[in-house]
Amino acid sequence: MLSAARRLGGAQASAMLGAALLALALPFVLRALGLDFYQSLASRIVVYAIAATSLNLVLGYGGLVSFGHAAFVGLGAYTTGILIAEGLQSGTLHLAATLVVTAAFALVIGGISLRTRGVYFIMITLAFAQMLFYFANSVKGYGGDEGLNVRARSLFSLGGWLLDLKNPLALYYVALAVLAVSLMALARFVPSRFGRAMLAIRDDDVRAEAIGFATYRYKLVMFVVAGMLGGVAGALSVNLQGYVSPNVLHWTQSGTLMVMVILGGVATVWGGLMGAAVLLLLQEVLGSHTEHGEFWTGWVLLAVVLFARRGLVGLMLGRPSKGAA
Amino acid sequence: MTELPLLVVDGLVKRFGGLLATDHVDLSVARGEIHALIGPNGAGKTTLVAQLGGQLASDAGRIVFAGHDITRMPTHRRARRGLVRSFQITRLFASASVLENAALAVQAATGSSLGAWRPVRRERALFEAARALLADVGLAERGDLAIGALSHGQRRALEVAMTLAGQPALVMLDEPMAGMGHEESARMERLVASLRGRCTVLLIEHDVDAVFRLADRVSVLVEGRIVATGKPDAVRADARVIAAYLGDSAETASA
Repeated sequence: MLSAARRLGGAQASAMLGAALLALALPFVLRALGLDFYQSLASRIVVYAIAATSLNLVLGYGGLVSFGHAAFVGLGAYTTGILIAEGLQSGTLHLAATLVVTAAFALVIGGISLRTRGVYFIMITLAFAQMLFYFANSVKGYGGDEGLNVRARSLFSLGGWLLDLKNPLALYYVALAVLAVSLMALARFVPSRFGRAMLAIRDDDVRAEAIGFATYRYKLVMFVVAGMLGGVAGALSVNLQGYVSPNVLHWTQSGTLMVMVILGGVATVWGGLMGAAVLLLLQEVLGSHTEHGEFWTGWVLLAVVLFARRGLVGLMLGRPSKGAA
Repeated sequence: MTELPLLVVDGLVKRFGGLLATDHVDLSVARGEIHALIGPNGAGKTTLVAQLGGQLASDAGRIVFAGHDITRMPTHRRARRGLVRSFQITRLFASASVLENAALAVQAATGSSLGAWRPVRRERALFEAARALLADVGLAERGDLAIGALSHGQRRALEVAMTLAGQPALVMLDEPMAGMGHEESARMERLVASLRGRCTVLLIEHDVDAVFRLADRVSVLVEGRIVATGKPDAVRADARVIAAYLGDSAETASA
């Protein structure tokens, strides 16, 4: 994170360092202020930030409007939830299973949908996600439409030392670490060969293919990596809530993730985090003060789309394509 | 012919519904030549180039390039084998600078692009190659500009530069002079002429005067069929060509 920050110049570097320190100290600050209640909101923001960042890989960096990203978050949540319900508590197993399941589904869904473009791509990704939504509703063994409650959580044993995600702080810091590593990797990816190839594909994929980029394969790799990261967010969310229901697979969840990415900044490293934080905080604040939270959230989104084309992150960076450069 | 042709097209067909856009085209391009493909509007030139480039799948026939059947090969693999095309409509990467566009072309032509850790900027050789490409087409001083700041002629020149990135064996230029003024056309003509000895060129062009000055051989496409192939002078004198194309085009050219 530091080397990425150095490249972005002093003011931004200190802003990022400040954000990182704030994130690290947040649980203690909240406790000192007697606001422990907000700890779960903070964890929710971090988990959503991971999910939104994973969608940004496809939507922003791939230029592919996937309207079914909740499928991968839901798959990760169900995979982990079902393993816990079956009495298997190993966090390593949960993580491995989540990655394998989401990668397999992303390979199939991406493999098919990436052969189409435009509106067809949107519709096919949506259709796959809705299929999984109805499937989850119909599987009675794991809660069906009522969802699946789990009492235990993922348990990691690190050389004799146990890390139980039942502990809210453990969960928060694990999620934060996943997010930090994701953002760091994303910052490395953008100016790399792969990142530049994706920029070319996003600008003009016919031309990119014509000069020798294996566009389909690169898009598929992006799609699979994004699906896997989305799955990790899902695995964390079931640990956070102790609950997973078919609603995590619903298209409105995909829509929420899209709103976060657009609000925060399409194809910006920090867009997912920014969007998740702002949207969830808005909902929290507006939800507790008015009955029309969604209504006012809509106005904020409209303003961002109209006046800040690269979202809030773009607005703060000032220049239009800093994140891509 | 002592040497095998670089490109052999054999009975190539493309149908759009009931329309036979490419009607059993036979074509051979010899190694090292500048081969022009001309034809009136709607003759199917762009369709044929898209089939050769892999943007369009062919319904029948064969394309053999450097001894390999590439009829069903995906576009990017054709490009990596040395068969690269430019586009009639300028297609550049708008969010990258001129130099970065050239660098992307070099990157696409060399090695895998799945590396996600090391910044491309650090790849000296890649950017040296990109600068050399820009110098070849007279854009050495323009590397830092945005694509939007280039003139039409400069954009077309960059298009050509990008096709040359991987030292291709065969470059297909789809109407490189389209929409150009006199001076720009002349510059592009010199650029195409400078490719002789560097690679084989299949030049699709509407401007017949330039074609007859540049080409070693000319093929004439009319309604999806090749009606004549030969030396410029022979083609110019061919009665079928005059009837189908040149008479009509000479009028518009002199008008």
